[in-house]
Amino acid sequence: MSEPWEDEEEGAIKKFMFINRKAPYGTIYALESLEVVLISAAFDQDVSLVFSDDGVFQLKKDQDPESIGMKNFSRTYRALEGYDVEKLYVDKESMEERGLTEDDLLVDVEMLSKEELGNLMNEQDVVLSF
Amino acid sequence: MKFAVQINEGPYTHQASDSAYNFIVAALEKGHEIIRVFFYHDGVNNATRFTTPPQDDRNIVTRWSELAEKHNLDMVVCVAAAQRRGIADEGEAKRNGLDADNIAPGFRISGLGQLVEAGIQSDRVVVFGD
Amino acid sequence: MAMLHIVNKSAFGNATLNSCIKTATQGSSILLIEDAVYAAMGNTSMADIVKEAMNKASISVLGPDLAARGMDQSKVIEGISVIGYDGFVDIVAETDNVQSWL
Repeated sequence: MSEPWEDEEEGAIKKFMFINRKAPYGTIYALESLEVVLISAAFDQDVSLVFSDDGVFQLKKDQDPESIGMKNFSRTYRALEGYDVEKLYVDKESMEERGLTEDDLLVDVEMLSKEELGNLMNEQDVVLSF
Repeated sequence: MKFAVQINEGPYTHQASDSAYNFIVAALEKGHEIIRVFFYHDGVNNATRFTTPPQDDRNIVTRWSELAEKHNLDMVVCVAAAQRRGIADEGEAKRNGLDADNIAPGFRISGLGQLVEAGIQSDRVVVFGD
Repeated sequence: MAMLHIVNKSAFGNATLNSCIKTATQGSSILLIEDAVYAAMGNTSMADIVKEAMNKASISVLGPDLAARGMDQSKVIEGISVIGYDGFVDIVAETDNVQSWL
């Protein structure tokens, strides 16, 4: 099946970074950001996800939002691998500030310092923040 | 240069829509091209023509419609975000059995792929939000 | 590689500007818009942090947002450029990519 975007500049693979800095449930940003990430996977771009500041809470294990009448979308983070979205980065300092360790997270991530994150950000073509 | 702009907040509560508008006007004046304005999250609320602010205030929605007409802007409202928040064009209204549509002139409802595509096709993406 | 970081949150009561400053690498640009413009003033508790950040990043503030909030341009930290929306557009075009710290 040929999609319109596939006719565009051939081989135009860009580096997309999605930066998540907000906690889930209190606002909808985490959920709707995930929707963009899933769509971007269909475009065969070089996608990476960053979780920093309160965004690290999006990856916390044992989320049970049914208790507040909301949908549990946290399982989707575990499904990202199936969409070839495998570059998940977490800001180490944000984790420490919030008393979290890698064991608290529901997916495997790479922990980076803010400096390393800054360097990674510099390399991107498109940075979308939520 | 080709710019794409993403707007994540609705009119009036946050300055995001105003900032984006002023940025786009300045970019157009400098001869840059705005390839797409993408409205996401509560940003979809910029697209309801039922907005009726007091007469001594700016009409943010009308302002977008007029700018789009003048410069032939492609203003895209995310369909998933729009459905959640009750923004519908004629087709959406019919499909979902709604008794009216409310989309303002110059806006069109489409998928999130349009955002990713804008990222691929533009030189810069600038995001305005909260 | 030089990138542009845009911050729109007041630095008083929100850690966004601090996170941005810690993340921005040598040679990058930081633009303060909307409620972030207060951090450009010379007499606040943020001034030392902002001045320190100027060692690695060039900092600008959006003049129309300062004016809207009644903040005096002449009291902005020395070395911070006060720019208009046209300058905003120029920085976006001149830098390699843009991150909005929402």
